[in-house]
Amino acid sequence: MAKERNVRKRRMLVLGTGAVGLAGGLGASIPFIASMAPSARARAAGAPVEVDLKNLEPGMMVTVEWRGKPVWVLHRTEEMVQSLSEIADEVQDPMSSSPMQPKYAGNRHRSIKPEYLVLVGICTHLGCSPTTKLVVGSGSGLGEDWKGGFFCPCHGSKFDLAGRVYKGVPAPVNLEVPPHMFTMDNSIIIGEEKKA
Amino acid sequence: MSLGKSALRWIDDRFPLSIFIKNHLVNYYAPKNFNFWYFFGSLAMVVLVIQIVTGIFLVMHYKPDAAQAFASVEYIMRDVPLGWLIRYIHSTGASMFFVVIYLHMFRGLMYGSYRKPRELIWLFGVLIYLCLMAEAFFGYLLPWGQMSYWGAQVIINLFAAIPLIGPDLAVWIRGDYVVSDATLNRFFAFHVIALPLVLLGLVTCHLVALHEVGSNNPDGIDIKKNKDKSGVPLDGIPFHPYYTVKDLVGVVVFLMVFTFIVFFAPEMGGYFLEHNNFIPADPLKTPAHIAPVWYFTPFYSILRAIPPMFGSQFPGVVAMGLAVLMLFFIPWLDRGAVRSIRYRGLLYKSWLGLFVIAFLLLGYLGVKPTSVWGQFGGWLGGADRAVVVARFCTLIYFLFFVLMPWYTKIDKTKPEPERVTF
Repeated sequence: MAKERNVRKRRMLVLGTGAVGLAGGLGASIPFIASMAPSARARAAGAPVEVDLKNLEPGMMVTVEWRGKPVWVLHRTEEMVQSLSEIADEVQDPMSSSPMQPKYAGNRHRSIKPEYLVLVGICTHLGCSPTTKLVVGSGSGLGEDWKGGFFCPCHGSKFDLAGRVYKGVPAPVNLEVPPHMFTMDNSIIIGEEKKA
Repeated sequence: MSLGKSALRWIDDRFPLSIFIKNHLVNYYAPKNFNFWYFFGSLAMVVLVIQIVTGIFLVMHYKPDAAQAFASVEYIMRDVPLGWLIRYIHSTGASMFFVVIYLHMFRGLMYGSYRKPRELIWLFGVLIYLCLMAEAFFGYLLPWGQMSYWGAQVIINLFAAIPLIGPDLAVWIRGDYVVSDATLNRFFAFHVIALPLVLLGLVTCHLVALHEVGSNNPDGIDIKKNKDKSGVPLDGIPFHPYYTVKDLVGVVVFLMVFTFIVFFAPEMGGYFLEHNNFIPADPLKTPAHIAPVWYFTPFYSILRAIPPMFGSQFPGVVAMGLAVLMLFFIPWLDRGAVRSIRYRGLLYKSWLGLFVIAFLLLGYLGVKPTSVWGQFGGWLGGADRAVVVARFCTLIYFLFFVLMPWYTKIDKTKPEPERVTF
């Protein structure tokens, strides 16, 4: 009897020691796993950027840098938003079905609020930065029918005022919309999203 | 007693040197009917040694720093005395490692070398293959060229496709929001320390398991069934000197091919060293066509062949992962009455043949853009021909495994011989 009790006791001790050892091992792995996350320096360089919208009049655009990339914030006028539906059959992906934007911007105007457009200013073809062509018509140098948008000087890709790529140009997909959100005091934060 | 003999005695009293040599070389009996296909195991060991030695000397000059990495590789190529040779041996070795390993694995498939009691040898082997793929992937970032950079970008983004944890996991792997200096540094650590250690451990396990049960042979029969009075298999010959000498011949021929590549075609027309990788990494400029190095392309093709579902690339990623994982199950999927292809029926031979064709086609398509063969007209309405073929090959690839229990079982096999043949 005493012998059997001893075996049980020993098995308990082995299990207990094993469990504690395993917990210790898991704990010891934390510093190694944590050390691989972005460092404070990388996090600072990749921090969200806030853009004040108070002085951004309709028709104006600002460019800010976020994670080493140029990001455009365009305040579209009513005519600009209107023109998006007029050229729906001239662009490759009018309803933003390919995943080039966060879910909340997967619509015709590719933004949270119709008037504010936020885009990463890097051509989806070979990564040049397209030039801004907001002027409508022949004044833009892009022909009578130009409705305003962006033109990549490297290989001639054309994008409309929602960053949607036109048909028949080298770029395969729409310009990327970065994660962004609006704050209470009329500014926009690029690189941060509202938690659903 | 001569000096040599007494020295050996002195060692043997303290360390089992003679016993080890006896057990694993002189008194280790291997089947006498090994053919050409049995060179590739020892050749894989040779390449492993080549990679470790050249790797050590490359690290003496290489700088794992995003600002200096590309230049330091060019410095090795131009300024370090014979540095170009060491680097080309290392880069050629990477591709030749996979050539040798793929042939070695195909040998195992043909002769049923994974069947009981050799399941663990096969499992260790597949782990070695996985480890090798990781090693090659990490190493490919180090020159910090355009293909290094964008290749790593594409592969890490595969992890980002995993639901829920994906994006955070990708950031954790990179150590930054984009592939950057932090990524390069940790890949360097994995490539030169972590994975080589794991690889050596796995190779040891592979060999220990092999020496426990003994080699299979082209007839797939057990040579231990027929032994002489002293217990030596009648169809076995001592590994040393017979196979050490035979393998040496293989090594010499292999090194002739190897050095020819190193001196005359180190880039192998862009397949061993991709042209785009001679341009420094530029995070703002994506190359027009990103293709992995040739040894990953069958799996890359499978990834591309699976269309995105529910707006996510994840199904393709799962298919690619499964394609590799399937290899683990072969020992239990094969229910054939015989091991070797020599005594299998037409059914197994056809499936193996289809599998090889599908694998090679997938590999070829993986280095090309999906538009390589143009588009279908008519009822397939503009679908890329290459994509349709890749989907068909992916189906064959998986059916080879999934249907294996069925076609190996009903296959009409021939009777195995009692003793090995040549």
